[in-house]
Amino acid sequence: MAFLDIANLDKFYGPTHVVKDFNLSVEKGEFVSFLGPSGCGKTTTLRMVAGFETPTSGSIRIDGRDVVNLRPNQRNIGMVFQAYALFPNLTVAQNIGFGLKVAGRRRSEIDERVQEMLAIIHLPELGGRYPFQLSGGQQQRVALARALAVRPQLLLLDEPLSALDAKIRISLRQEIRAIQQKLGITTIYVTHDQEEALSMSDRIVVMNAGVAEQVGDPFTIYNRPATRFVAGFVGTLNALEAVVTDPARGALTIDGQAIVLGRPIEATAGAKVGVALRPETVALGSRPEAGASLRGTVRDVQFLGSVLRVRLALDRQVVALDSFNTAALRPPAVGDDLEVGFATADMLVVSAE
Amino acid sequence: MRPNRIWAWLALAVGILYFALPLIGTIEFSLRMRRGVYSFDAYRAVLGDPQFRATFSFSVVMALMTIVLGVLVVAPTAYWVRLKLPRWRPVVEFVTLLPLVVPPIVLVFGYIRLYNTSSWLPLTGTAGGTNVLLLAGYTVLALPYMYRAVDTGLRAIDVATLTEAAQSLGAGWITIMARVILPNIMVAILSGAFLTFAIVIGEFVLAALLNRPAFGPYLQVLGANRAYEPAALAVITFAITWACMGLIQLVTRLQKHTQVPR
Repeated sequence: MAFLDIANLDKFYGPTHVVKDFNLSVEKGEFVSFLGPSGCGKTTTLRMVAGFETPTSGSIRIDGRDVVNLRPNQRNIGMVFQAYALFPNLTVAQNIGFGLKVAGRRRSEIDERVQEMLAIIHLPELGGRYPFQLSGGQQQRVALARALAVRPQLLLLDEPLSALDAKIRISLRQEIRAIQQKLGITTIYVTHDQEEALSMSDRIVVMNAGVAEQVGDPFTIYNRPATRFVAGFVGTLNALEAVVTDPARGALTIDGQAIVLGRPIEATAGAKVGVALRPETVALGSRPEAGASLRGTVRDVQFLGSVLRVRLALDRQVVALDSFNTAALRPPAVGDDLEVGFATADMLVVSAE
Repeated sequence: MRPNRIWAWLALAVGILYFALPLIGTIEFSLRMRRGVYSFDAYRAVLGDPQFRATFSFSVVMALMTIVLGVLVVAPTAYWVRLKLPRWRPVVEFVTLLPLVVPPIVLVFGYIRLYNTSSWLPLTGTAGGTNVLLLAGYTVLALPYMYRAVDTGLRAIDVATLTEAAQSLGAGWITIMARVILPNIMVAILSGAFLTFAIVIGEFVLAALLNRPAFGPYLQVLGANRAYEPAALAVITFAITWACMGLIQLVTRLQKHTQVPR
């Protein structure tokens, strides 16, 4: 049995079904992210694990024990909030020691643990400061230390980096992951930021409209999305419509241009299917070896520094491609007639209609 | 100077005169007890009066008890309404405003009717019981001010998230209230407390009709029988009120965690 077991979890707010038959098993020490747009039920699921919301039905087991009927303060769970939620009247050290003091630990033990936690978050000098004297990034590190000081069996983070600016976000996500691995604590991380989820997690749960669409490691989620939603939400994506001409050979046409995937498609000849292509798998120029190509007219060119993003108009549809910028390569101009190529293995058939 | 500036200054001057003149007059009058010279005789007479000391300390004790009872009733209620019953806020606000609508005289007659010596709970039968009634009445009178002050304090902090943070760290309701919520709304509670203090010190109707030896009835008796002493008392009462307001400012500034970030 897994360390955290969520089975058949459902949550209704009145008539609204916000979490639908959610199932997940998390191993001890694993870092799992809930990824999805706002309103997809990821935070509600997290709050049910924390005990702030009661499931309509289903079970949540931590280390074999059903916690659904336990109050939040009985679950031994560490929680980090988007708004930091540090106690404004307490110093950094008192904030970190709060949980231990509530638990009635000895003063010397609390002091020792607080120093230890301050060292882990690399703020050993700031124990005497008040929260308002800290930057956002520092406050969130203190909040993390406070949640971890009580040695919780589970760490829950609810969009902890959303209120911070981009640079801090990147450095702090590396720091959170490093601390999590160092302590080996089982962690659930809620985010709407795919980069965060992809870079930090052992596994990702992609959620949409209350349903866990796909559970998998970041590599699988990105490269082998199970549903069209996952493909579209994680990473940018060309979603194109194609007509199947020969399902056995995987032959299809996109805006009249023939592509042969060389693998069978589960659809009948003449059926319309959705195909997906990541912009970074498409390259300027044709790809004769094991590849396919499309011709079109350059609609616009975005220069993003290291990357050149070109949008190519086919007959009705548009294909975007990302190409690394090299000084030797002249960017194509708008209106150029151009051929682009990709490996057929990179083209995913995401839904047959 | 532009004409609208002149009008602004004029309005200010009229305002200051309107508020300051009676006060200056009272102070001046209170110093004239001894014929021909200014003296503090009236103040000496008031402060030396054992009746003054007895009634004033009675009212101070009542005020402090009212504050404690008010905080105990209002703070958890306002907190719970904000946290769990936000839809009930208008109703609760309306209830807390009722003491401003129902005159104290109605309140006290209600008390006397309900708790007289032939009722099921004869509180008016003993001095202690009557003091309890007085305390309850004072708490009701102070309710609008106390509730508003505490509610404003709660608005300034993220009640829900702080509560959840404390819960996830193992804290129960009493710990959350005592260690997280109350310290963070201390300034608001203090401003409510000083208002309560000012109300109770000067209150007349409840104390007079319940026949308790409070400061309000003493003020009235003195005012009806003496000339200079009431003026001195009025000045003393003003000074106390101002001291309270100064204390609110001071406490706000001294609170470390409410300082403006540098």
